[in-house]
Amino acid sequence: MSEQVHVVKPPVTSVGVVGWLRQNLFNTPFNSLLSLVTLYFLWSVLPPFVRWAFIDASWFSPSQVCRDGAGACWSVITQNIRFILFGFYPYDQQWRPAVAVVLLLGLLFFSRDRKYWSKRLGYAWIVGLVAMGVLMAGGVPGLPAVETTKWGGLPLTLLLSVFGLTAAYPLGVILALGRQSKMPAIKVLSVVYIEMIRGVPLISLLFMASIIFPLFLPEGITINKILRAQVAIILFTGAYIAEVVRGGLQAIPKGQYEAAESLGLNYYLTMRLVILPQALKIVIPPTVGILVSAFKDTSLVVIIALYDVLKTTQTVLSNPEWMGFSREAYIFLAILYFLGCFSMSHYSRKLEMELSTENH
Amino acid sequence: MKGLRIVVVLLAVLALALPASAGTLDEVRARGYLIAGVNGSVFGFSMPDEKGVWKGLDVDTARAIAAAVFGDASKVKFVPLTAVQRLPALQSKEIDVLCRNTTQTLTRETTNGLNFVHVNFYDGQGFLVPKKLGIKSAKELDGATVCVLPGTTTELNAADFFRKNNMQWKPVVIEQAAELNKAFFAGRCDVLTSDSSQLAGHRAVAPNPDDYVLLPEIISKEPLAPVVRHGDDQWYDIVNWTVMALIQAEEFGITSKNVDEMLKSKDPAIQRFLGVTPGMGKALGLDDKWTYNIIKQVGNYGEIYERNVGPNTPLGMPRGLNALWTQGGLMYAAPFR
Repeated sequence: MSEQVHVVKPPVTSVGVVGWLRQNLFNTPFNSLLSLVTLYFLWSVLPPFVRWAFIDASWFSPSQVCRDGAGACWSVITQNIRFILFGFYPYDQQWRPAVAVVLLLGLLFFSRDRKYWSKRLGYAWIVGLVAMGVLMAGGVPGLPAVETTKWGGLPLTLLLSVFGLTAAYPLGVILALGRQSKMPAIKVLSVVYIEMIRGVPLISLLFMASIIFPLFLPEGITINKILRAQVAIILFTGAYIAEVVRGGLQAIPKGQYEAAESLGLNYYLTMRLVILPQALKIVIPPTVGILVSAFKDTSLVVIIALYDVLKTTQTVLSNPEWMGFSREAYIFLAILYFLGCFSMSHYSRKLEMELSTENH
Repeated sequence: MKGLRIVVVLLAVLALALPASAGTLDEVRARGYLIAGVNGSVFGFSMPDEKGVWKGLDVDTARAIAAAVFGDASKVKFVPLTAVQRLPALQSKEIDVLCRNTTQTLTRETTNGLNFVHVNFYDGQGFLVPKKLGIKSAKELDGATVCVLPGTTTELNAADFFRKNNMQWKPVVIEQAAELNKAFFAGRCDVLTSDSSQLAGHRAVAPNPDDYVLLPEIISKEPLAPVVRHGDDQWYDIVNWTVMALIQAEEFGITSKNVDEMLKSKDPAIQRFLGVTPGMGKALGLDDKWTYNIIKQVGNYGEIYERNVGPNTPLGMPRGLNALWTQGGLMYAAPFR
């Protein structure tokens, strides 16, 4: 940096960093005060946090080193990462759920852009899903069978949320249409279903699916625990989506229905070509709100002792060796869930922009 | 619709095909493995390690049952269950046996239709206090703030104890065991109360374990035992005598290391026990080598105890009530004859 500046520039107080600061942070006395308070807050919180989380932290040490150290103990995650991510999946076979998760994330990633949507992608999904199923369950030469009771951790969370949400969405749309139907039987059934499910918390549905339901089955027949939870999540989320979609349907002006009718479209075509494309677009923001909360709700399966990623982490914390490092563990979980939720809402904003018919 | 019909028909056929009265032993044998309900997050009793392998006293008890039935301790699947789920899971036949630190009580045996076998761990509620308070007995706890988990018998027992002794107390109720721990070690309460097996674990992870002391009073009885369904006496006998065999083996001094030499023992009681003189296994509907398999593959009760909760583990619990009757404890097996 040189001191000799010969070129005349605008006063330092109005350009560059100083200028920006004056304009944005210190333009009125009240704002100056707020800025100072915020700065003080950051100054007193950030350095200790950075020191705790990064500088003094232990990353791969045994737990005893952690207890003696002053910083964060990320070792609680790194030392147990395979149990946290894959649960009871046989230790030497854990590359299989890892590959399945990568496959799923890859497919989701490619499906995010509408210009890739084609038959090819559809086939890719089918092939991918079959491959994931085979990888997870095994039972073919070279891949020993692994029962669903041993599935856990991140693959379970993704399974419950991805399939739960994709199945709940069409169910919700059908229920919303049913509720708007002119046929009384269908209408009443839809209303009863939606109101009954919405009147009950998800926890009680999960309890019913896992505890009461088996007592009604004939002796000796048990239905897969994961499937029971999955169905409960789908039924629950579907009812909520139905109400959101109904809002969209009611927002479509009557003229649209009449226009479709005068074109001679039947009910199915009216809905498919005219009403639903508009209605579903309107309700993207609330729908995503529901999907995001449903994604987080999958962690409730903890209470029926399914080992999703939350439960595996909590299990690690109840080992005396790692007891007491709950801060680090929950920060890790928060980051995981944040990544999921944030990418959903980010995608929805993108979708809204792409589908917008207004001129910009 | 067609798919649904097929499923319904299939379920109906299955329901007819399965004889409702098949004994648990036959079902387990036909299936090829035992299904045991466990807790899943109590260190020392049943918890997976970082490789997902189940460890613990309850887990080893279930392995012993598998060894008795199949001659192979690995033929068991563990189903982690919550406190609410555990009894319905057994009633609805999702599991064959429940080894999940469950306290034997009268109502559980009668109204819930369950049978508890021989106790595999005698627990009881105790108090953990910091040494610096200088308290020697729980009777001196008048006016104390007490950290306790909600919704358990622990909370009720503590209330009873304080009322009975005309003492005041302020409960600090925290849902998660790990958080409860933190609150106690941070000094938010004077006393931590829980089952003494749990307290030992909590004390082990204290910033400085020597600063804390367990008070001598045990204010409740918590006999923890494996559980089976009512109405299948053969299965009850098998589970019951498996637990007894673990205890009896320790009394005989038979361990997983010396069990092969013990086969040559001249003691008729040991010969009967290990099936050298046949008869005991047959009576239960098992192989005569059932005790040999249990001890060879899982060990005797003492070995299981030392491995999971004993003084050399993080829990560091002395045998106490769980010592053999010959050493002042309550572990006492009926004779094998």
